[in-house]
Amino acid sequence: MGKTKHTIKRGMVRLLGNERYQAVTIPMFAILLSLLAGAVIILFQGKNPLIAYQNLLQGSGLLPKASYAGYKNILTDFTSFMNAWTPMLFASLSVAVALRAGLFNIGVSGQMLTAGFIATLTIGYSSLSAPLAKPLVLVAGIFIGALVGGLIGWLKYQFNINEVVSSIMINYIAQYVISFFINTYYVNPVSRQSNAVSKEARLSMMDTLVGNLKMDIPLCILLAIITAFLVKFLLDRTAFGYELKCVGTSRNAARYAGINVGRNIILSMLFSGALAGLAGVTYYLGYFGSIQPKVLPSTGFDAIAVSLLANSNPIGIIFSSFLITVISKGSTYMNSASGLESEIASVITGVILLFAACGAFIQYKVKSFQDELAEEERNLAEKNQNPTERGNG
Amino acid sequence: MERIIIDGLSFSLPLFIMAIGGIYSEKSGITNLALEGLQGVGAFTGALAAVLAAATFSGSSQVPYYLAMLFAVLGGMGYSLLHALLCIRFKANQTISGVVINILAMALTAFLTKFLNRSVFGAASDKFVLGVSAKYTVPGLSQIPVLGAVFKDMYPFELIIIGVAVIAWYVMYKTRYGMNLRACGDNPHAVDAAGVEVAKIRLIAVMVSGGLSGLAGISFAYSISANFSSSIYVGYGYLAIAALIFGNWTILPTLGSCLLFGFARSGGYYLVQKLQMPSSYSDLVMTLPYVVTLLLLIFFSKYNRAPRALGEIYDKGKR
Repeated sequence: MGKTKHTIKRGMVRLLGNERYQAVTIPMFAILLSLLAGAVIILFQGKNPLIAYQNLLQGSGLLPKASYAGYKNILTDFTSFMNAWTPMLFASLSVAVALRAGLFNIGVSGQMLTAGFIATLTIGYSSLSAPLAKPLVLVAGIFIGALVGGLIGWLKYQFNINEVVSSIMINYIAQYVISFFINTYYVNPVSRQSNAVSKEARLSMMDTLVGNLKMDIPLCILLAIITAFLVKFLLDRTAFGYELKCVGTSRNAARYAGINVGRNIILSMLFSGALAGLAGVTYYLGYFGSIQPKVLPSTGFDAIAVSLLANSNPIGIIFSSFLITVISKGSTYMNSASGLESEIASVITGVILLFAACGAFIQYKVKSFQDELAEEERNLAEKNQNPTERGNG
Repeated sequence: MERIIIDGLSFSLPLFIMAIGGIYSEKSGITNLALEGLQGVGAFTGALAAVLAAATFSGSSQVPYYLAMLFAVLGGMGYSLLHALLCIRFKANQTISGVVINILAMALTAFLTKFLNRSVFGAASDKFVLGVSAKYTVPGLSQIPVLGAVFKDMYPFELIIIGVAVIAWYVMYKTRYGMNLRACGDNPHAVDAAGVEVAKIRLIAVMVSGGLSGLAGISFAYSISANFSSSIYVGYGYLAIAALIFGNWTILPTLGSCLLFGFARSGGYYLVQKLQMPSSYSDLVMTLPYVVTLLLLIFFSKYNRAPRALGEIYDKGKR
């Protein structure tokens, strides 16, 4: 018993002990544990978890499927995967910026919906030409998202309202009010969704013929990746980023150091909201071309998982958002190929979140294992050094 | 007018009992944003118990209904252990833990509902159908003009909730445990110095909030939606949190804010019906409790005094 405990300790320390790589190893450990937990659930249903996980990759265009429909192959799957990845990346960056200032922006979904809806009304339904409409959609998304996010920050600063509660309230208000407008004025009687936006305004080129393939080409994926690097620069290399970090770590210390806490709270929420707005337009005017009434995009909530997993590091987010999108996007194919409920994907995401939230504890535990092992070794060394002394004494 | 009171109460009371749970947890120093997930899981276990029991008891039997209540409380309590584990043992950030638990609850119950429906009941469905619970009218009292509506068409769960709320109030303000609990939220070190285990008090408080949220969840499932499905997650938990913040973390004022939410909602519905607006306008009415919450928070957040140690991880070595 003591022996196995010792080996587990030693293994954990060897795997996760190096503090330089802990930012990578601990999330990996969390993901591994979650995939194992998911595998147990899948096994329990009498299915092979390896095949299920393979299906996830196949559904995302990372592994070839057994057969393809006409005009489709692994490449088209991958571009449509990137189409779903774009809003996820923006949304996760949005969560990360707020987290850096110690704010928990759970209102990303509401900000996405509002930005997507207003951009749809103003530009999506207009007759502007493509070179004008597409940039305008982005600008509208940034503007509206920042407005909603900034409102939450202002409420926090001015009235001391917990940002989680206010953003949830705004989420629901946006959801119902927008659903009302869609159902009353803009509903498509066949699809029960809002009318589709014009092709000129759409941020993804859907079903475009390239060679003999029909691809969905996301136009903003590069922008999203560049944004991740920009956010990284902004947070780590500028005075603004440093002030945010101070405010996030200790509000009182920041105030004492002469940093304007209220201004930073509002600015970080403006910025976070702008990124959420970008997520909204790439989701509603890119990935989809219409808005489903009464539904908040789950992307906004998954983004929290992504951001936590990457410890709100923008570069890490590129990878973690990739992974979470693989799980959510691939689940449809897993459902049709293995007959597993596609909900299992969100369960796995939830478990990843759970373990990611325990990251600090894992780090602490590994450290204490390390200390214990060092202690044991010291005792052992002492014993070996002075065997004679002990005999004499 | 009668309908406004009847519907308002049947919405406010479950919200109230959930808010009491939240007060227990927050007064002990644990931020509890997990109420939303706790009520959902409670409603899930309760509904599952009711559906399983309905097979053995006859159609008109009330046993499944009360079994559902019991299992909802147990389910909520069991699931709240996860929040307690994360916040107390694993020292995770309590806000993050709460949100994580909500997301997991949504995913888990949606998955399990579908899975159990397929494997146990052999039906492809994403909900457990419960029906609306029976209603009672108290004979004499319901005849009183206007206020009599309080005693008319009552759901049985409303009586249970009132009973539990009275007990919860008594425990919170009149017992030694309640005093320790309130002290835990303000100065856990003092509680520790007095020889009381902070972790234990907090664990019990979180479990109470889980149980009460479960009760609220199954009450919503039996009145508003008449089934269990993912439609249970429409922010009741967050409304309860807003209610307790507005009630300044004390039980009686919180009842007031819950009643306000309930009547805002039922009054809005009544208005839509009375003015014969198209049904899509009910979407606008649905926003009323949320708008009221925001406005109230704007006016009252300044005067609030949250428990001093709320959200802080208790560290014995730190003084």
